[in-house]
Amino acid sequence: MSEYVTLREPYAARRQQSDADFLGMYVFLATEAMLFGALMCLTFLYRTQHPQASALAAQHMQLWIGAANTGILLTSSLFVALGVLAARHGQRRTTAGMLAGAMALGVVFLTLKGIEYGLDYRDGLMPVIGHPSPVRQGPAGLFIDLYFVATALHALHMIVGLVVLGTAATLVLRGAKRLPGQAVVVEMSGLYWHFVDVVWVFLFPIFYLARG
Amino acid sequence: MNPFFQAWPPEASLHAVRVDQLFIAFSALTVLLTAPVFVLMSGFALYYRRGRDVDRTQAPRGNWRLETVWTIVPFLLALIFFGWAGWLFFDQGHPPTGALTIDVVAKQWMWKFEHPGGQREIDELHVPAGEPVRLVMTSQDVIHSLFLPALRLKQDVLPGRYTSVWFKAGLPGVYALRCSQFCGFDHSVMAGRFVVMTPADYSRWLQQAGTDGSLAWQGFQRFRALGCSGCHGPASTRRAPKLEGVFGHPVALDGGRVVIADEQYVRDSILYPAHDVAAGYAPIMPTFAGQVSETDLLALVAYVKSIGTAAPSQEAGR
Amino acid sequence: MTALPLQTPEERVSYLNAGHTLRSWFLTTDHKRIAILYLVAITGFFAVAAVGAALIRLQLMTPTGELLSHEGYNRAFTLHGVVMVWFFLIPSIPNTFGNFLIPLMIGAKDLAFPRLNLASWYIFVGGGIFTLYALIAGGVDTGWTFYTPLSTMYANGHVLAVIAGITIAGFSSILTGLNFIVTVHKLRAPGMTWGRLPLFVWSHYATSVILVLATPVLAMTLILLFAERALRLAIFDPSIGGDPLLFQHLFWFYSHPAVYIMILPAMGVVSELVTAGARKRVFGYWFVACASLAIAGVGFLVWGHHMFVSGQSPYAGAIFSFLSLAVAVPSAVKVYNWTATLYKGEVVLDPPLLYGMAFVGLFTIGGLSGLMLALLAIDEHVHDTYFVVAHFHYIMVGGAVSGFLGAAHFWWPKITGRMYPLVWGRISAGLIFLGFNLTFFPQYLLGYLGMPRRYPTYPPEFQALNVLSSAGASVLFVAYVLPLVYFTWSLRNGRAAGANPWGASGLEWTTPSPPPKHNFEQIPVVDRPAYDYPLTRARGDE
Repeated sequence: MSEYVTLREPYAARRQQSDADFLGMYVFLATEAMLFGALMCLTFLYRTQHPQASALAAQHMQLWIGAANTGILLTSSLFVALGVLAARHGQRRTTAGMLAGAMALGVVFLTLKGIEYGLDYRDGLMPVIGHPSPVRQGPAGLFIDLYFVATALHALHMIVGLVVLGTAATLVLRGAKRLPGQAVVVEMSGLYWHFVDVVWVFLFPIFYLARG
Repeated sequence: MNPFFQAWPPEASLHAVRVDQLFIAFSALTVLLTAPVFVLMSGFALYYRRGRDVDRTQAPRGNWRLETVWTIVPFLLALIFFGWAGWLFFDQGHPPTGALTIDVVAKQWMWKFEHPGGQREIDELHVPAGEPVRLVMTSQDVIHSLFLPALRLKQDVLPGRYTSVWFKAGLPGVYALRCSQFCGFDHSVMAGRFVVMTPADYSRWLQQAGTDGSLAWQGFQRFRALGCSGCHGPASTRRAPKLEGVFGHPVALDGGRVVIADEQYVRDSILYPAHDVAAGYAPIMPTFAGQVSETDLLALVAYVKSIGTAAPSQEAGR
Repeated sequence: MTALPLQTPEERVSYLNAGHTLRSWFLTTDHKRIAILYLVAITGFFAVAAVGAALIRLQLMTPTGELLSHEGYNRAFTLHGVVMVWFFLIPSIPNTFGNFLIPLMIGAKDLAFPRLNLASWYIFVGGGIFTLYALIAGGVDTGWTFYTPLSTMYANGHVLAVIAGITIAGFSSILTGLNFIVTVHKLRAPGMTWGRLPLFVWSHYATSVILVLATPVLAMTLILLFAERALRLAIFDPSIGGDPLLFQHLFWFYSHPAVYIMILPAMGVVSELVTAGARKRVFGYWFVACASLAIAGVGFLVWGHHMFVSGQSPYAGAIFSFLSLAVAVPSAVKVYNWTATLYKGEVVLDPPLLYGMAFVGLFTIGGLSGLMLALLAIDEHVHDTYFVVAHFHYIMVGGAVSGFLGAAHFWWPKITGRMYPLVWGRISAGLIFLGFNLTFFPQYLLGYLGMPRRYPTYPPEFQALNVLSSAGASVLFVAYVLPLVYFTWSLRNGRAAGANPWGASGLEWTTPSPPPKHNFEQIPVVDRPAYDYPLTRARGDE
């Protein structure tokens, strides 16, 4: 098992290297937490300053699509967790299959998101394009704009996540990364996906749920 | 004023004198805390030069008692100044009631001042000495900042908001008035004269300055011209809050909040009526955004303020 | 064993001649080569930003400034600020000396993620070239602080391109910080406990924490700025319901910790310069180490001191004022500890120590003016005047740049294997101290007199002090060019330096000068504390 792990420069031991990989990923996720955290703090502050306008804006969100997407994303994280487990047990095909399942759910999420944006456009909520609805005036409009920035940024991270999962699944399936010795690539990809999921778990209540 | 060199900025108010005292006192503290560092560092570097036969035995690695002392003592000393400076600053945030209110509108790249009697000035501000003066300020475009060095004061002037500052000038004279928040091309020439006059001179100046009527009266004209009296006037058939006796008093809002009706509240009610609807009223007031300039808004505010001193009627808020 | 005659650096096998192709440099994963790549890049950016400074000081020689139009001047100070802050000061010490020295100091063969390190450099240079192009081709006239609504609704120029470039460079900062944190946690040699780490490493660790936590907030701020300007999203624009103060809060939440990113590494350098210059262990090691962490932590809580007169609540202002006084305390502790380190030391007045002393003098003056700015009533007068300009230049130029040059004068022999003439090093240290004070002390006076910043023209009574300041700037210019000259000269003609020309402690001095590609043939085992003076090895070359 251990012979499948190549020690990179400058590491002297497997344990040291994998500890470093995990710490690196955690630090990276901390930076992402600060990125989305800044936006969420801003939104939260804004909500407290303009409670009525924010509630009004939230009423125009597509609550059911948001809720469905939450469920989809949580389920995809379950698939990823199972994939990581399979990787630790050296099960190549199961790992790739679980990751593919998570990716499929991710694609469903993004598709629903696209439909939701289409509905938002129809309702005149989109900035720049379309016929602006009266809801967009004043502080409610700002809340809606923050919603678009947050969800667009999140969708971008989801797309990156799909690429990451896809790469991991391919490497594992083709044997370029041997399990379980080199399972770290699946673990790292999994961590990233879980994080993107957690961001959504915060975004959903902040933007969709407090409807006054 | 010497055109070639200025040794110290003029002190045009008691506040300026106090700020200077604070500054000089704190400078003395900084010298007290810095001089030992300079002296000892150079002293040690020379005294303990390699090759000099001096006592280097038992060089200390640390001394936590000393560290504690030199951590805590300077901090406590600094806190004294924190309190002193804070007190001076907060004093500036609380104008006495009945202060002369002058409205200020900043735009790229000029300052517009309007006295309560309607006298207008551009890039020049005349004020009476010995009386508290309050400036209510807003910007038409970007953030500016009104800087009156002789008073040791400045305050940023924001679009969409009223900020205010007050002072009591003491020494008649002509002083500098500058913009101190970068605002584009002509930021450095967005300046003018700050003229402090004796109260007698100021009254004379007010009389000979042209006016289209007092600010409140101008506001009343706009009030009628824009149709506000259609809903808020005595003969109105619509159910709208009466504005007499409202200014400066608490207003109950829809949703349970209570706010004080100040300049910002009046301005926001005209521009964003759907935001803070008075309790018990339907949100039917249209917005006047785009139909009123900042000057109009200030005039309307002055009008609502002028009728705010009447006894509150039955329907003004709840 | 008798010592072999010294080989020249060219003869000795080291990281410098392990491969001579362009590919071996531009695709290197050796942290030492990457440090040199960074050194070249930031020197180039410094030169560009210095041109901006020269234009500013030339314009300000006369009250009615004929050199530049108002718009031209506004672009000059924006270029100066943007390039100095993001493309010189923030990467200067960490990405050159941090990259080079951290693995050596902790006994590792490289950083934790060498390929990520190289990617960092490319991202940095990419962002820099993009920004530079935008600043020069069209120019931006918003100031480096991009306050809204000026930058979103009213400014002409390539604002979008510049902030895109800055965001890209920000990723490079984040990756560097990430790399350093993991390296210090996981790659210390056996026996190199946290308590034995050089203070240079502690400072860089604290800096890295700020890098990874604060820079993403800048990214979000710039994303929102971009969205508002490009897509007319309403976030900061009051005419459509936004709040311009939100921008200031977001911007300063990053930009205040950013100034600690700029100063902490320099403080780490000074700890090394002072201990080596006095041949003595530092006074109060744990106090200095924890002071770095305290500065990093409390530094996140003081951003509102940039906004005392912005329309922010005065109660918030009071809290920020208090915390700003508190954050000065750990810095003061360091200054006192460095002074005490010299007591009963064995002092040699070589250029590194002189630069360290220049740092202490200039940083102390700058820091105390910072305390003045933290006092609400004083700030109400001097905010946005030359008093602030003087304050931050004392810290960034008097402090951080002195630290950078001090580091260069200390580790140059280790990096290149060559020694430079010490006499010239001492002269440049003195010239910098003199030229710097001449340039920037008058600006404290100008500020208190009421001259606002970002003014291309000014009232005539301010001219005398402005001329003094510009004269000082010309001395400073000479003082900065000098090291460039003699360092370059030393590459060919300098005396070959041995492993430890200063007789300093630290694992980096146990390797040859320049070090071999993999730093250590065998990972050392550490059993001595940091700053273990007097050294048990004989002073001199191996």
